[in-house]
Amino acid sequence: MRLLTHNMLSCNIKGVTNGFPLAIEATTVETKEVDMNPDFLRHIFPKLEWKAFRDASHSLGVDDLPEQVDPDMLLDEEFLRRFHHALLEVHLEEGVLICPETGRRFPVSKGIPNMLLNEDEV
Amino acid sequence: MWYLCYFLHRLLDYRLPEVEALLKLFLKDDPTAGHELRWKQPQHHHPDSPFYFVNLPSEDIARSILSRCFLVKGIYEVWGVGSSYDELRKAIESYPDDRKAPYLTADSTFKVVVDCFGRGLSLQEQTQRINSLHYIPFQGRVNLKKPQHKFWLIESDNNVETNGLPPAMQKVVLFAREIGMSDRSLLTKYELSRRKYLGPTAMDAEIAFLMVNQALVKAGKFVYDPFVGTGSILVAATHFGAITMGEDIDLRVVRDGRGPDCNVWSNFKQYSLPLPVGLVRADNNSPPWRSSLKEVFDAIICDPPYGVRAGGRKSGGRKLLKGSKDPYTIPEDKRKDHIPSTAPYMFAECVHDLLDIAARLLVLNGRLVFFYPVARGESYEELYPKHDCFTLIASSEQILSTRWSRCLLTMEKTAKYTDEHAALALQKHNEFKERHAELLEERDESLHSLVFAPLANDTGIDYSKQDSRPKYRGKLV
Repeated sequence: MRLLTHNMLSCNIKGVTNGFPLAIEATTVETKEVDMNPDFLRHIFPKLEWKAFRDASHSLGVDDLPEQVDPDMLLDEEFLRRFHHALLEVHLEEGVLICPETGRRFPVSKGIPNMLLNEDEV
Repeated sequence: MWYLCYFLHRLLDYRLPEVEALLKLFLKDDPTAGHELRWKQPQHHHPDSPFYFVNLPSEDIARSILSRCFLVKGIYEVWGVGSSYDELRKAIESYPDDRKAPYLTADSTFKVVVDCFGRGLSLQEQTQRINSLHYIPFQGRVNLKKPQHKFWLIESDNNVETNGLPPAMQKVVLFAREIGMSDRSLLTKYELSRRKYLGPTAMDAEIAFLMVNQALVKAGKFVYDPFVGTGSILVAATHFGAITMGEDIDLRVVRDGRGPDCNVWSNFKQYSLPLPVGLVRADNNSPPWRSSLKEVFDAIICDPPYGVRAGGRKSGGRKLLKGSKDPYTIPEDKRKDHIPSTAPYMFAECVHDLLDIAARLLVLNGRLVFFYPVARGESYEELYPKHDCFTLIASSEQILSTRWSRCLLTMEKTAKYTDEHAALALQKHNEFKERHAELLEERDESLHSLVFAPLANDTGIDYSKQDSRPKYRGKLV
């Protein structure tokens, strides 16, 4: 699971109002190189919750993202590269996503987050 | 300018919408955008005929369309059309010389291709037809391998046995200059028989590419499939450069596949395509997306489970939803490896959820492309799901049996998703939940029962009245 996916997911258990962002407990983290697509990065940038993204990147050991961002930074090649790396090249292969409100643990195995809810949670 | 669009005789309902979608795709970055596409047919031609005239802004646009098109054979500039060879001669002779001269010069090379729709012509018949064109002042040299200009002499064969039906067309003879031909070799490369990991409902490569064209997929677009299965739709989208994301409720499919080299990922690796940016196991009935996530995908393409070959599942045990059992609390020590039970997912509910999530997650002017099953003989348009945010762009029927068809619906998001839409959707969601048991019992009416019921009149369909479509229409036509 890449951080892009993480930034889109939340805990949707019935009654939970604050299921985002999910905390990450990482067991295995991998880095896989992929081609950079600046247009896609610019499209997705305004849709992201930056703070959650930055915090998540910390828990996967990526520490070079700025705290404050604005769209002008997308013109900077160096920023784009770091953004691309954190968003799409770092993978959480094994680990757990934890709901900030209930502490419910969603397993991530073989890179696939399992967001399916139990019978008493829907 | 008007051009001849010579279609392949397959998936007839899909042909015009494909050209329309591709024109839109290629005109987007063009200043002449806003070009209104129109179609004309030769006189006395049935809509199923392979010959259409289409107005396109330029030859370059025509070639761009052909580069992505699967159901057009070729696009041509017509020099003459008639219902006999005599009429053809008159038409060609009266076609403006300044249109013809540039392609007939002495320093050019050319070739004439003879084609007959409905029949193969022998070499002798072909030569005889080419010789009949002696009145065209060709100055250039013939080059059969690499000609600069290709001319086509196309006629329709009207001697075919029509099975008691009216002939689909009047005899037509055309002489035209080739602008370009489509390339279907991709379909061979991606055909399912060569795919490593297949599921029972893997999407046929040709249809998957048609869906992707309807969705206006191109490089850098973000595409989502909420019923991803073995990823066959996303493979086609990725081929055209899309960045993809998939979701499925079945962990076995989406995570495990049939082993380390036979799973969703391997289907992408097989063609050296970039992998989806994310695969998630989740339930479309209670989607896992954060509530502030909006307008993120450019296209949503999917084949929802409609319960004929594969039924949909959603979270919550069957007994639980029926109300015959209280929600039981899973003991703390069993929680870790607990396998949540699922219940059948009504198709109506599934489509409702799909439209709601698509209305929320698609960018404005983004497209939702999905299959919708119908019992044949119904009047389809009224059945199609509706949503305030969507405008129906195209619907193409594929007849699967005497009992049922599936229609490919293309919808465009034309209005913003508001809080009111969300509130309405939630209300409907709860209604489905409360009435789950009741709806389950109505399943006798469902498509599955209809498709597999013995042929009898009690299915409520009068088969004798179904002949509005000629009998030669079948799965691929």
